[in-house]
Amino acid sequence: MAFFQMKKMILAWTFRTPVTTKYPFEPRKICPGSRGRLDIKISDCIFCTLCAKRCPTQALNVDRTNKKWHIDRLRCISCNCCVEVCPKKCLHLTGDHGIPTVTKDWETF
Amino acid sequence: MGTRTIIPFGPQHPVLPEPIHIDLVVEDEKVVEAVPSIGFIHRGLERLVEKKDYIEYVYVAERICGICSFIHGQTYCQGVEEIMKIEVPTRAKYLRTIWGELSRIHSHLLWLGLMADAFGFESLFMHSWRVREQVLDLIEATTGGRVIFGSCKVGGTRRDIPAEQMSWLLAQLETVEKEMQLIVDVFMNDNSVKHRLCGVGVISKEDAISLGAVGPTLRGSGVADDMRLLKYAAFGNLDFQPISKTDGDSYSRCAVRCAELFQSVDLIRQAAAKMPEGEIAVKVTGNPDGEFFSRVEQPRGEVVYYIKGNGTKNLTRFRARTPTFANVPPLVKMLAGCELADVPVLVLTIDPCISCTER
Amino acid sequence: MIEEQTIITVMPETLVAETRKMKEQGYRLVQICVTRLGEELQLDYTFDLNRKFVNFRFMQPKIGARVPSVSGIYWCAFTYENEISDLFGVQVDGNALDFKGNFYKTAMKHPFIQDAAPAPAAAPAKGGQ
Repeated sequence: MAFFQMKKMILAWTFRTPVTTKYPFEPRKICPGSRGRLDIKISDCIFCTLCAKRCPTQALNVDRTNKKWHIDRLRCISCNCCVEVCPKKCLHLTGDHGIPTVTKDWETF
Repeated sequence: MGTRTIIPFGPQHPVLPEPIHIDLVVEDEKVVEAVPSIGFIHRGLERLVEKKDYIEYVYVAERICGICSFIHGQTYCQGVEEIMKIEVPTRAKYLRTIWGELSRIHSHLLWLGLMADAFGFESLFMHSWRVREQVLDLIEATTGGRVIFGSCKVGGTRRDIPAEQMSWLLAQLETVEKEMQLIVDVFMNDNSVKHRLCGVGVISKEDAISLGAVGPTLRGSGVADDMRLLKYAAFGNLDFQPISKTDGDSYSRCAVRCAELFQSVDLIRQAAAKMPEGEIAVKVTGNPDGEFFSRVEQPRGEVVYYIKGNGTKNLTRFRARTPTFANVPPLVKMLAGCELADVPVLVLTIDPCISCTER
Repeated sequence: MIEEQTIITVMPETLVAETRKMKEQGYRLVQICVTRLGEELQLDYTFDLNRKFVNFRFMQPKIGARVPSVSGIYWCAFTYENEISDLFGVQVDGNALDFKGNFYKTAMKHPFIQDAAPAPAAAPAKGGQ
């Protein structure tokens, strides 16, 4: 019979700093390789529409004639699919996850 | 005989943030009968295969459940690969094994935390989830996602774990293992925990089989059945024996999960040592034509996918039988005859994932 | 090949007797699954003993499918039988715990035997110009 088996752990943690951070005052540490917000280097884009065709959630819309690239951030699931198919390698996922938003807008590049 | 009263449990209940409703017929403080009802959030994902092509559907399969997401994707991919006769590169099989076991560790730690919360041991809950956070960090660093791994695809995996990252992962696992030992020690030996778990909700070996229990619920009743013995992915090359306990009560279900934590760490070490170099994916051409029942062991038990293709890019039928669905009848059996105060603990011992069940 | 899967064709009339034989041998009921193939439904009853996979299969018409319940043998079959009667409209005779169509709360009756709604003509809202 062991009573209060946790005493050692609790005592040890009394003298340690907490593992939690003061988010949002202290931003989250970005983990390299994390799949976050989709970013485009628009100067390299050739508007081939491959990314929009392969996007599983139809979050991308590429306008060939007007040379515009649109994204719906709320639809995007950061699956890395467009990054893999891009022939010019102008797409990449950044480690941060963007800021909250209250409206559902298409972002245009 | 006292008067019988019906007490509703759920669909909103503090112990479980998921919608399962149980009508408890109680006599004084004893539960006499329990009638479950689910179906509050049926999503109809099984019919979505008619709209999405079979390669895109991996993303949907992964989102059936938020905890065993990777294994759902793996089950789906294995089923489609089996139909299309695709030979997955060996390295990809090892990678799938490693990620599958990482997700098992994080799921079991989540469950241990919820369990501690259910019997009112808040500090133990905090510590279980603190350790789980470290495992999630490992997952994020290797796959890019914390919950939805997104690293499994038909024909292999989408990411590789380079050698230096693998040694970092193993070093991190060492510290995680030490932390887990401290937590498991409390679960297994503390008097107050044992008081709530020992002898509660006993399911005999015969009952477990005839009620169709799967996973730790089945193994806690003394049946050493584990789908990993089918030797899918890399399990054929690893030293693996399923863990089972014979008592059949809540404590032995908890003990099975605790022991599986360390078994998973061991499996990851073995897989990392044996993983060969090479390709991680093969190119997939053509469409699936045929049928297969794909079975994989999830943290909660065996998941069964029925996949039927007809030679077009959309599958004819996709059916998922998730472990929680199979564990509902054993739960009903356990609840009959228990104390009303033990109901939340018993509902948790089957590790219910209702969103999973209502695909 | 991950595993050998035995698929046996049975008749709906002999289903209960065959299932009882499986129970006596110690098999566990894995699942009951219905697949719609055009105007027919394919019913699968899956059993497992020490990872030996056995599947019973038979066909039923899409409208007016009727099967005997196996919940007298495997009590746990009630969840699957309620599921197939709610989603596919299969009438199950003698279910041990019949929810009478209230197991799943769906907007339409028997959603899985309805023809798929036509895909929305327009793609999702186009990006701002």
